[in-house]
Amino acid sequence: MTLLHRRTLLLGSLDGRFNARVQLRHVIVSSLLMVSALFLAVFALQLGTLPLTLDDIVSALTGRAAPRITMIVVDWRLPRITMALVVGAALGTSGAVFQSLIRNPLGSPDVIGFNTGAYTGVLVTIIVLRGDQIAITLGALGGGLATAIVVYLLAWKEGIQGFRLIVIGIAVSAMLTAFNTWLVVTGGLETVMSAALWGAGSLNGMTWSRAVPSTVACVAGMVLCFGLARRARILEMGDDMAGALGLAVTRARLWLMVVAVMLVAAATASIGPVVFIALAAPQIAQRLCRTRSMTLAASSATGALLLLAADAIAQHLFSPLSIPVGIVTVSVGGLYMLWLLMRDL
Amino acid sequence: MNASRGSRLLWLGLGLVVLLVAFMASLGIGAKPLPMDVVIESLFGTLRGPEATIVLQSRLPRALIGIFGGAALGLSGALMQTLTRNPLADPGIIGVNAGAGLAVTLGFAFAGITQPYSLFAYSFAGALLTALLVHLISVKGAARPDPLRFVLAGLTVGAMMSGISSAIALLQPHVFDRMRFWMAGSLDVGDLTLVLAAIPLICVGCILALALARSVNALEMGVDTAALLGTTPVKTQAATLLTVALLSGTVTAVTGPIGFVGLMIPYIARWAVGPDLRWMLPFSFLYAAILLLCSDIAGRLIAVGELRVSIVTAFLGAPVLILLARGRMAGRAALR
Repeated sequence: MTLLHRRTLLLGSLDGRFNARVQLRHVIVSSLLMVSALFLAVFALQLGTLPLTLDDIVSALTGRAAPRITMIVVDWRLPRITMALVVGAALGTSGAVFQSLIRNPLGSPDVIGFNTGAYTGVLVTIIVLRGDQIAITLGALGGGLATAIVVYLLAWKEGIQGFRLIVIGIAVSAMLTAFNTWLVVTGGLETVMSAALWGAGSLNGMTWSRAVPSTVACVAGMVLCFGLARRARILEMGDDMAGALGLAVTRARLWLMVVAVMLVAAATASIGPVVFIALAAPQIAQRLCRTRSMTLAASSATGALLLLAADAIAQHLFSPLSIPVGIVTVSVGGLYMLWLLMRDL
Repeated sequence: MNASRGSRLLWLGLGLVVLLVAFMASLGIGAKPLPMDVVIESLFGTLRGPEATIVLQSRLPRALIGIFGGAALGLSGALMQTLTRNPLADPGIIGVNAGAGLAVTLGFAFAGITQPYSLFAYSFAGALLTALLVHLISVKGAARPDPLRFVLAGLTVGAMMSGISSAIALLQPHVFDRMRFWMAGSLDVGDLTLVLAAIPLICVGCILALALARSVNALEMGVDTAALLGTTPVKTQAATLLTVALLSGTVTAVTGPIGFVGLMIPYIARWAVGPDLRWMLPFSFLYAAILLLCSDIAGRLIAVGELRVSIVTAFLGAPVLILLARGRMAGRAALR
């Protein structure tokens, strides 16, 4: 029994066209994480100013409840919970890809400056251009993507090297943070505070009209990531080995980076920068799976679980005050990371 | 990369001269430019009047905290980078600034602090507690001090603390309003007594740093070698952390967080005088002070109504770091 979870499953069709090596432990861990996320989702649906029973939820989801209950469950709580799961999974996935590419636990979209750039975009949109919701989303996307591209180009020197990428990411983020600080000091208090609320990352007031496009974008990005996962694992063996195995190293790394950045972009544009999920989820997943290699499925499930739990806490812990979820992800994710650090690294 | 003794002394001598020039320039340049003789006469007390008041009341505290604050940031950066064997280690990265920020936010929000001295106390306590917390977390359960662990713990603690700060600030607009100005670090303190209170603390920190230089040097060779050489790694690490907290906590208390000086200057020091801390520390002292003074002067000249010095240092430091990352550091795999 003790050895069972160390088994490796070899899956494939007889003609050898499809095949995969799967660690049994990864499968078990990922499934357990996903099931817990689903349980938590059902539980979160019951929570709120109007507490509901499990029966209410089931009948609301199947359309047999009173219109009022259906509205609360399907139109108010469900989009928020869906977004928490989807964005959490997207962040966990992109974090796993980043850390695998950069071969460094600090390598996450937070580190290469994406979130700071997105925040700059939003500050400029709100304080200078006084834009509306759509403009803010575009500002976040533009700012984040432009920053990621600038960081990538600056770090490019006969290829991308992890350490250089992180240092340049820190440099560019610091510059943008300084610019943000300047904007925050010059702007009026109310406009600056509304920008800062976005900057804290929040799922408050999520609707289906906002959730559906984000969900589509995040799921598409995750599918691409899972498709490229095998290349990432080969890259983990080192560039020379990967090249010898017939992989176009530079191109594979570029594509993985592009897809991972797109995932963060979709997530950040939907709910604002939620730090730490991308950093912590892959680390937690790796420890649960007892591996040093990339674990996409477990990472995405961990991300979803973390963000959903964080949002439930953000919404209900200080009720009636609802704090931005980003602040909870920092605290909860942070505590868990610290516990891991104290136990072993 | 070992520089000769002569070139090291040359660097230090040059630094001293440039620092003096920058100090005088800092007293003379501003919204009302003053000629050098006016500045010098005001300093020696032979001149009275509004111009002397500007020099003594407004510009002297600013120039002094520029020198000592810059030096403190440079030294704590050099100590941290050598101790953790990590070129990214910097008081900002190990969470000390965030800890000071949280303490100040708590002070603004719940204790209603207004006096500069209480601000000072809160910021210092926050920095010190954070440094201790990060240190304890990183050595807890570890067989030996591990630089990567240390930076991870610092990043984590720092992120948590700034998250909590912003949660508190976002719930209370008046706290948010004060925090946004404090967080944008500036040398414009306008209070000589506050600066004079900080300078002795910084001097103590500098002496401690110099005293620690040998042990930290030994530690850089690896824990085992350091133990063989007769140092006690854990003690060295704890003492260094206290020194870093003292240095960066004091300067942050007076000016608010100023990034990049502690990250950038040690790089230049390593390039100019080599990795030996006994040379790196004096170099960092002089050139960090020059950097901060010049950034402050530049901030006064660039924008109408002055650009805050923390913004200038970031815009100066970041491109330099990018150039360094692309050139000299390219082969360096310091983070494992």
